[in-house]
Amino acid sequence: MSDADAIRCDACPVLCYIKPGRVGACDRYANHDGQIVRVDPHVVLDQTLSAGGAVVPFLNRGREWDGSMVGGPETFVTAIGAGTTYPDYKPAPFIISSEVDGVDMVTVVTEGIFSYCGVKVKIDTDRYLGPERNLIRAHGEPVGHVTTSEYGSQMLSLGGVHHLTGGTKSEGNVTCEVLLDLCNGNPIELTIDEGAKVIVQAGKPPVVNDVPEERMRVGCGSATIGMFAKQWLGKVDDVVVVDDHITGVLSEHQAGKLLGIPETGIKMKGRRSTPGRYFRVVEPGTAWGGTNITDPLSILGEFNSKSAWRGLRLLMVSTTGEHYAYFELDAALRPVEKELPIALRESVARIKENCEPALSTVLFMGGAGGSLRAGVTQNPVKLTRSVKDALTRVTCGGAPVYVWPGGGITFMVDVTRMPENAFGYVPTPALVAPIEFTLKLSDYAALGGYVDSVRTLSSIMNDDRSRHVQPRPDNPWPLGTSNSSRPRQ
Amino acid sequence: MRELAVVRILPDGRRMHLHDGPIDIVLEAFGPPDEIRAAYSAAAKRFVTVLDELCSELALLRQQSRPIATQPNGVVARRMAEAVAPYAERVFITPMAAVAGAVAEEILSAMTAVADLTRAYVNDGGDIALRIARGHQFVVGMIEHSQWVAHRVEKSQFPSLFGKVTLGFAHPVRGIATSGWRGRSFSLGIADAVTVLARSASEADAAATVIANAVDLPGHHAITRLPAREIVPDNDLGDFLVTRAVGNLTGNEIAEALVAGALVAESLLSSDLIHSAALHLGGETRLVEAESHYMSLAQPKPATLARSRVHV
Repeated sequence: MSDADAIRCDACPVLCYIKPGRVGACDRYANHDGQIVRVDPHVVLDQTLSAGGAVVPFLNRGREWDGSMVGGPETFVTAIGAGTTYPDYKPAPFIISSEVDGVDMVTVVTEGIFSYCGVKVKIDTDRYLGPERNLIRAHGEPVGHVTTSEYGSQMLSLGGVHHLTGGTKSEGNVTCEVLLDLCNGNPIELTIDEGAKVIVQAGKPPVVNDVPEERMRVGCGSATIGMFAKQWLGKVDDVVVVDDHITGVLSEHQAGKLLGIPETGIKMKGRRSTPGRYFRVVEPGTAWGGTNITDPLSILGEFNSKSAWRGLRLLMVSTTGEHYAYFELDAALRPVEKELPIALRESVARIKENCEPALSTVLFMGGAGGSLRAGVTQNPVKLTRSVKDALTRVTCGGAPVYVWPGGGITFMVDVTRMPENAFGYVPTPALVAPIEFTLKLSDYAALGGYVDSVRTLSSIMNDDRSRHVQPRPDNPWPLGTSNSSRPRQ
Repeated sequence: MRELAVVRILPDGRRMHLHDGPIDIVLEAFGPPDEIRAAYSAAAKRFVTVLDELCSELALLRQQSRPIATQPNGVVARRMAEAVAPYAERVFITPMAAVAGAVAEEILSAMTAVADLTRAYVNDGGDIALRIARGHQFVVGMIEHSQWVAHRVEKSQFPSLFGKVTLGFAHPVRGIATSGWRGRSFSLGIADAVTVLARSASEADAAATVIANAVDLPGHHAITRLPAREIVPDNDLGDFLVTRAVGNLTGNEIAEALVAGALVAESLLSSDLIHSAALHLGGETRLVEAESHYMSLAQPKPATLARSRVHV
């Protein structure tokens, strides 16, 4: 029996013997690295906690607790673990009041089950990930598609109800797994049809075809010329900034003209847009600066002997500064590669420096449906209106959300601003995400809320089944007064 | 550290939620307000000691049920032992197979002992004990789980029922239970869910376990099994291989597994141990019924059946 590292849970008289990484018979307590922890607790964001990791083992009755803070606005109860525990009781199992600046605030805490949900992923890369609209797969199952390219980034759309419940069982399960992992901050490997393999993890650099992405480009090739033209003056005769979108040429570019840089007789392949700006010089790819070329000279034609001269100095550089090459023309006006002069190293380094760290960022997007809203109020549409009127603040695990205009409550949240492991799933498959609605008690009553069910914060705190985490300093405090007193419209 | 039992009324103001350790119960009583109050208070009073009583004999309750064996002492424990006893000669089973149903039954009997209720249900994690007075009835529906969740978020009304039974005073059914490998307990079989109607919740619970174990394709490569002990060291199933994952099965394979389960269900039916059973696997359903009107499919559903859920 290989249960040497199993430990006893004494939360109830069943005294389960739990192996590492497993939960007990109740599904509520787990062996987490040799310690019994509550795994479905309420996550309580606690401003009074000054130290400690994100997970504080639950049931720490002996823990010092500043009683005076209990019930104060320093504690905000999130919906994580609030549960829609099997079997079926209504959502919004906890409706909690806490007084903030003399106003009774109500936070309606529930965990929504979202069949209609997905994530929008922004991959900071100039490398080519795949054609727009192509399928993205995980474990061979379609889980999303490539959507628009943004400035220096590729957007992916993953999940959504059609992948979750509209396809095969396996497609739904894999999609749910991918969403859950991404939302909980775990890495996921995706492959794009006719495109790249990408490892995505929220808040971490993407890995494209096994190469970790480091930086975003500073701008397109033309913009890079504009930004750095002055720094190149006198140190080099011409510069080509290679870009799959707009490749820039210093001597022809408006910026070069203004600085009086003479013609160099350079000949670019591709289609000229305006002076010094070329489209379709290179195709997107995963080589030089997000293009398909490995030899930068392949995009140059022969130099025009009328303007070019022996010894002409040429710098070719990618928009991220990651790739560069330096050439001087020989007597036959052919470029010969040389070591990059010290004077130019600085400008290449600066291009690189100006490129921000490349990240994958993951926004969860879901819609709070009628029944979920009905768990908050007897008249769901009033909650929608209240959110639109900014009387009700929506948070997701205590993190701020963007509520999309229009009907319903469709929101987006940056998963890295939420507490650890805030998401769960049901085998439908669908994602379970926390959602909190915070509003004045009087407003809550006015919109038909379950006022009789309101519990005080201290009753939750004394319940002791909660997990206390430190709030993220970059999140606005969910009960903060700056927004809670926003004027009515 | 011992966590206290939770006793509370759910936000709808009608239903009661009882929670202690692995037990989660939602119950509701119908009748005059005073009777409901009396029933709820009796339920709470009875509930708070149930887990401790069971745990005092846990080692015994985890042992294989045999025709001649030490009988447990507790009321609930005895009910569990009685419910599994009819199977003891044929298969490996422990009284734990009936724990949820037996607890539901015990809470219901505490309620009905002090209160005159027209109807009541005690739902212990899907295993349900019912009280139906003369002139009253319960309409019990099975809902496809995936559909249920999707509709819950998107629409306020319930989806169409997958199967529907009306239970009146005259019908002998007072217990409903569901078992399958996707549930919280381990299963030796591959059924997504087997729902059983029987005289009592504990009998239904034991029977659902036995039938779900029988829905199987022994040795099939697409089925992942692990010794129960490797997952939970002190589980009553010990070295038995329990189902952890079921891969793609062909239509014929699904039918074969369902037939294996249905044969067992039919033998239980002829021994008068159950009244009807609905066996679900891979989107297919097979019914075994005492009388046709007990459980009837409202309409055939082509959709994949992720998990059935009994809704009362």
